[in-house]
Amino acid sequence: MAAQIFSAIFVIIVGVGGCVAYFWGANKLVDIIFPSRGVKGAAAIDNLRRQGMIRPWLFVGPAMIILTIYLIYPVVETLRLSFLDRGGANFVGLANYQWAFGDREFRNSILNNIIWLAVVPAACTFLGLIIAVLTDKIWWGTIAKSLIFLPLAISFVGASVIWKFIYEYRGEGQTQIGLLNAIIQYFGGQPQVWISLSFWNNFFLMIILIWIQTGFAMVILSSALRGIPEETLEAAVIDGANPFQIFWKIMVPQIWGTIAVVWTTITILVLKVFDIVLTMTNGQWNSQVLANLMFDWMFRGGGDFGRGATIAIIIMIAVIPIMVWNIRQANKETGGH
Amino acid sequence: MAVTTGKSFVGRFGVHIAVLIFVAIWTVPTLGILVSSLRDKDQIIASGWWNSFASSSQTEAGRLPPASAQVEKDGKFVLEGNIFGDGAARNISAFGVKSAAPTQYPAGTTADLGDGVTLQLNAAGGFVMTSPKAFEGVRGQRVYYASSAPPKFTTDNYRTVLFSEGIGRSFMNSLTVTIPATVIPILIAAFAAYALAWMRFPGRALLIAVIIGLLVVPLQMSLIPLLKLYNGVGSFFGVPSKTYLGIWLAHTGFGLPFAIYLLRSYIAGLPREIMESARIDGASDFEIFVKIVLPLSFPVLASFAIFQFLWVWNDLLVAMVFLGTEGDQIVLTAKLNALLGSRGGDWEILTTSAFVTIIVPLIVFFSLQRYFVRGLLAGSVKGG
Repeated sequence: MAAQIFSAIFVIIVGVGGCVAYFWGANKLVDIIFPSRGVKGAAAIDNLRRQGMIRPWLFVGPAMIILTIYLIYPVVETLRLSFLDRGGANFVGLANYQWAFGDREFRNSILNNIIWLAVVPAACTFLGLIIAVLTDKIWWGTIAKSLIFLPLAISFVGASVIWKFIYEYRGEGQTQIGLLNAIIQYFGGQPQVWISLSFWNNFFLMIILIWIQTGFAMVILSSALRGIPEETLEAAVIDGANPFQIFWKIMVPQIWGTIAVVWTTITILVLKVFDIVLTMTNGQWNSQVLANLMFDWMFRGGGDFGRGATIAIIIMIAVIPIMVWNIRQANKETGGH
Repeated sequence: MAVTTGKSFVGRFGVHIAVLIFVAIWTVPTLGILVSSLRDKDQIIASGWWNSFASSSQTEAGRLPPASAQVEKDGKFVLEGNIFGDGAARNISAFGVKSAAPTQYPAGTTADLGDGVTLQLNAAGGFVMTSPKAFEGVRGQRVYYASSAPPKFTTDNYRTVLFSEGIGRSFMNSLTVTIPATVIPILIAAFAAYALAWMRFPGRALLIAVIIGLLVVPLQMSLIPLLKLYNGVGSFFGVPSKTYLGIWLAHTGFGLPFAIYLLRSYIAGLPREIMESARIDGASDFEIFVKIVLPLSFPVLASFAIFQFLWVWNDLLVAMVFLGTEGDQIVLTAKLNALLGSRGGDWEILTTSAFVTIIVPLIVFFSLQRYFVRGLLAGSVKGG
């Protein structure tokens, strides 16, 4: 363990030192090869121009190399693998895709993912908006927001343990140590094994993600709400609008852009949801989702890379519209700068 | 904002109540595992954690010693002792000898079991059983009793998980993964961000678009090719394919698009005059970056560092693919997931381990919330 700590510290020093040495050294090298100081006239201008051509690439170079290895190459490779068999040796055409759409578990995952997509972003955005509006009105709103924001720092696995404890089931008539069943039993209901209730268990898993992400929606929306011009609200009050009219007709329309950003951000997160399902049910009781199914196929029976890659591509296809929208939006905003 | 609802007392009161309910829903679950992690492990299963400050009562069964322990006293055969053995801090309220009526007799009274046999059990667990005839059999009399124990809080659970369940080791592993994976991308991203914000070169707009596109590429797309790549590199050089170096680089790669995006939008917003006047003074791009941009960018660098730290610390997927599951490599999240399988019902282990897992992010989060929120507002397109 001491060796491990030492090697971690060593890596930080070597890594940071290496980066500094690279950027400083490469920069120096350009200055030496194409000197701009101490050279006269046209040569200096020429060298300055050459420097200007090379230097940006020195700065973005390391990032580009890492991005290429860790993201760009894998995207292409995953696409290729999805047309190959389990070991990646033989071309099988669309066989993996055919398998996927005929597979019961895959279809169950698609269905569940659609339910997740329909429920979680909407619930988070809606709850986040409500809480943002309410906490703005009270003196302890900042503290309240901090506490609701807090689950965002908790890992999905940690949150799963927290909620598994809430859903914990003991036989009927026994002392329930899970909060949910204790409440149900207190009011005379039947305790249930919540996470194995087919179909409904999806919602019990979604609650975990909603619990984590509502704080995110709340913070973003709260800052957008604060950007609403005071006059519009005052005008509405003078015109005799009630609180609900002010909320729906004055506030919400002015922050549509932000709502869209929050919604899409959570949508992407939902498409990739993995940890919660793995730790709570591992896809049993019809609660499978694509990301967990993909992980499963990576290692199931020694691993089927063809099918795993195919599932990854399906997730990617779902993300592409958001990706295109983001790029367009960014281009519009920056105008190339 | 203050002009909106809530003019009436009822309206204001309603808002307070509503927020209070939301806050309760969002904090009670976490409170549950914190309280449970500090409770005695027998009490965790005996009563809900919300009752942890009340005495926990339960009905249990015990057995008196066998006939061989009897002594003869005044012509009677007597069995004597304490049902708890050494006399634990429990309090018996009632007892019985039939499972159908486990609390038939109040503690301290003498029960007549028929044939002249009597049994007395007092609150502290002491019992006296007498009979005119000698007791027989190797199994002693079965006794049921309702007992309560005072609330008991302990740090034993923490000692157990940290030192014998391997959580302590995993904690170190998580730190080993997280710190380099947080530090390494910062400088690489900062240089790239500066170039993309303030240097003119062909292909810049395309690069920016690519990075924004990569922001949302699901991690799942990278896993299989990188696993193959790592296995290939590992077997080519005869080194293990699951190494800390591998996961440091992987997290660097996955964190870079967000880092560059976040830093670029901040650096691009720095005042142009500062850059231009420095350039007129003869400063090179490198000098401008190191002496002006880097110090001015401190807040956004901090934002990114917190994001990346939380992301890496809380990550399960990347760790499960690129690190081993043995003690010397397993990180906290993966360990907690493994414990859910192997120690499924042992809530004292699970709640305590979960709390150890979330304590570091909570501290980071609370102490640096300002930077965290700033990063969140600037870069809310990544999707976790």
